[in-house]
Amino acid sequence: MRMTRASTEKSRSQQVIERRDFQLLLDALMAKGYRLIGPRARDGALVYDEIAAVADLPVGLTDEQERGTYRLKAGDPERLFGCGLGPHSWKKYLYPPELRLWQAQRQNGNMTIVPEPHAPERLALIGMRACEIQALAVLDKVLLGGAYVDRAYQAQREQVLVVAVNCGRAGKTCFCASMNSGPRASTGFDLALTEVLERDRHYFVVESGSKVGADVLSAVPTSPALEADLQKANAIIEQTAGQMGRSLDTHRLQEMLYASTESPVWDEVAARCLTCGNCTLVCPTCFCTTVEDYTDLTGETGSRVRRWDSCFTMDFSYIVGGHVRASARARYRQWMMHKLATWKDQFGTSGCVGCGRCITWCPVGIDITEEAQTIRAQNEAKQDTGTRRKKTS
Amino acid sequence: MATRLPEAASVTFSHPDPMVPHLYRVLRTRWDTGDTFSLELTPEQSADIPQFEAGQFNMVYIYGVGEIPISISGDPARRDTLIHTTRAVGTVTRVMSKLKVDDLLGVRGPFGSAWPVETGRGKDMIIVAGGIGLAPLRPAMYRILAHREDYGRVVLLYGARTPADVLYRKELEQWRSQFDLDVFVTVDRATGNWRGSVGLVTQLIGRAPFDPMNAMAMVCGPEVMMRFTTMELKKRGISGDHIYVSLERNMKCAIGLCGHCQVGSLFVCKDGPVFRHSRVEPLLTKWEI
Ligand SMILES: Cc1cc2nc3c(=O)[nH]c(=O)nc-3n(C[C@H](O)[C@H](O)[C@H](O)COP(=O)(O)OP(=O)(O)OC[C@H]3O[C@@H](n4cnc5c(N)ncnc54)[C@H](O)[C@@H]3O)c2cc1C
Ligand code: SF4
Ligand code: SF4
Ligand code: FES
Repeated sequence: MRMTRASTEKSRSQQVIERRDFQLLLDALMAKGYRLIGPRARDGALVYDEIAAVADLPVGLTDEQERGTYRLKAGDPERLFGCGLGPHSWKKYLYPPELRLWQAQRQNGNMTIVPEPHAPERLALIGMRACEIQALAVLDKVLLGGAYVDRAYQAQREQVLVVAVNCGRAGKTCFCASMNSGPRASTGFDLALTEVLERDRHYFVVESGSKVGADVLSAVPTSPALEADLQKANAIIEQTAGQMGRSLDTHRLQEMLYASTESPVWDEVAARCLTCGNCTLVCPTCFCTTVEDYTDLTGETGSRVRRWDSCFTMDFSYIVGGHVRASARARYRQWMMHKLATWKDQFGTSGCVGCGRCITWCPVGIDITEEAQTIRAQNEAKQDTGTRRKKTS
Repeated sequence: MATRLPEAASVTFSHPDPMVPHLYRVLRTRWDTGDTFSLELTPEQSADIPQFEAGQFNMVYIYGVGEIPISISGDPARRDTLIHTTRAVGTVTRVMSKLKVDDLLGVRGPFGSAWPVETGRGKDMIIVAGGIGLAPLRPAMYRILAHREDYGRVVLLYGARTPADVLYRKELEQWRSQFDLDVFVTVDRATGNWRGSVGLVTQLIGRAPFDPMNAMAMVCGPEVMMRFTTMELKKRGISGDHIYVSLERNMKCAIGLCGHCQVGSLFVCKDGPVFRHSRVEPLLTKWEI
């Protein structure tokens, strides 16, 4: 996939793929040498894994999500993409949870260090949602946008093709509309599908977002989308935008958070937070890692492995003399401040895309939108008393 | 399923990967104090060490044990050897302290920001160090002394726990004997025949000779020491815009990618470790940021 691509042009032609031809799209991608990764139902949850056939998709399933709650259940029997987000994010394919960086050989007082070769794979990511595309754009800024880039990520990123799916339903923990990251995929994809399921017809409106996408599409039977098809697809996305289970008012939020570093809110959250780190593990933008060093049994080979880490662990901030963020209060504050405030200073974008995973997968149901609202209410109350005081004086 | 597909062409980069250490060989070892040692290192794969600036650091890898950030304590004008001064405090530093001449270790860097010695030209320079904090400031001393005539007064204030913990003793004595330098050393606890001052390094600031209106201060030591030092410097009239501090945080990558070193919106590894005090003051006064 290209890093930069033409933005949405009105003129971008849209096609229709009938449901009965959908397998041919998957076949066309595989014929071009892509390994397909897509949503699958496994162990009661939606995961991303290798797929090859339509039957691998979570056909006929949907989900129910709330704070601390996740359940797969039967939905429209025919629907292919009726499930929202699961605990996995696509990040694991570009920024693996565990990656060997290099190996060192030591023999007779000599040492050599051999970097791990980058072996990117051609991957087609099928069913990426708009918020997840935005998450990838955020990771691009973090891992490729600075003076130093993450080489493994860069190598793999260039080999990824994105087949987006516009959401036909918002989950109860979703708030992409607040974060301007969905529910419509408007950029950052090679192909974008909208699934239209009617009583007598089941089809996909397809938009190609890159030359590669258009090439793939040319190998699949399609028909030009009619005005009526486009209207139906649009109506579906618009309806989803109106269904968001959560919302987050971002107006002046960064400023309010900065003014609230000593707020009692943090103590109150800390009383519930288990500092388990689930929220950072499910988050599609969290990028923190640690490294570990190993030696083999002979002691002749040492290796360094990079692993996902979380600012919720105590060791994360350890320096000789103590942990910088020893309390749960400080660790939760770091997480939320980073997602909604400092990330903007660092990378010019929010660190949160509104996917809602951290709300669903928090074992005690802590909700980032609710905590942000509490901060807002406190700030506004403070300001109110401030202006009242001014007026009376 | 799982048929092996042809893998895409592997990617090669023209620059070396900043995450991969380079090999260095130990040329000399020296114990500076009971728990602090200096290693003089020479690169295995090149003649010179990479150009570095005073205040920058390297990530030092000890085979099979781990990798830690250590400031470069040598003279930036010397490219033949690399010098690190380290206090043995834990897992990696203890194994590092046992390295012998000819042993190999890994080094990647230099990373981070530097002391603004160039912009200090024409000003009085006040260098305040606590404990091992003198190590990252020594390269700044070398730079200033190499162009001594470009600066006003040069004052070094150094505090150690006990006389036995005073780092670079010979060098300090030599600097003290120079007419154009004001060197004050103090210890928290006097032992033996110590005849110098006793007390905190912050207590030296009040009587240090410099013109606060035209001065620059560079401070490195434990965070509390830096907090009180900057308070005292400000009392003397130096603005926070002319005070620089070097921060310490957990670091796993040193290139702004692992997230460990964040302080507010700053990454200590790439935005620091040297910061203008006025930039970090709001963060340093908050607990556990
Ligand atoms: C920019 C910078 C420059 C430094 N320069 C020097 C120097 O010149 N001389 C010197 O003696 N020390 C210096 N330090 C501190 C030095 O990095 C720690 O003393 C060292 O990491 C301790 O490692 P350890 O394994 O021996 O200790 P342990 O207590 O066993 O620590 C375990 C691990 O925690 C991490 N860690 C612990 N303390 C620190 C710390 N203070 N900073 C960062 N990571 C830490 C490391 O990954 C370490 O391996 C510097 C730190 C930073 C951030
Ligand atoms: S912070 Fe929560 S809602 Fe925001 S992107 Fe991360 S997991 Fe999704
Ligand atoms: S600091 Fe915490 S919230 Fe920020 S990216 Fe790292 S793990 Fe995620
Ligand atoms: S040390 Fe990894 S981001 Fe700073």
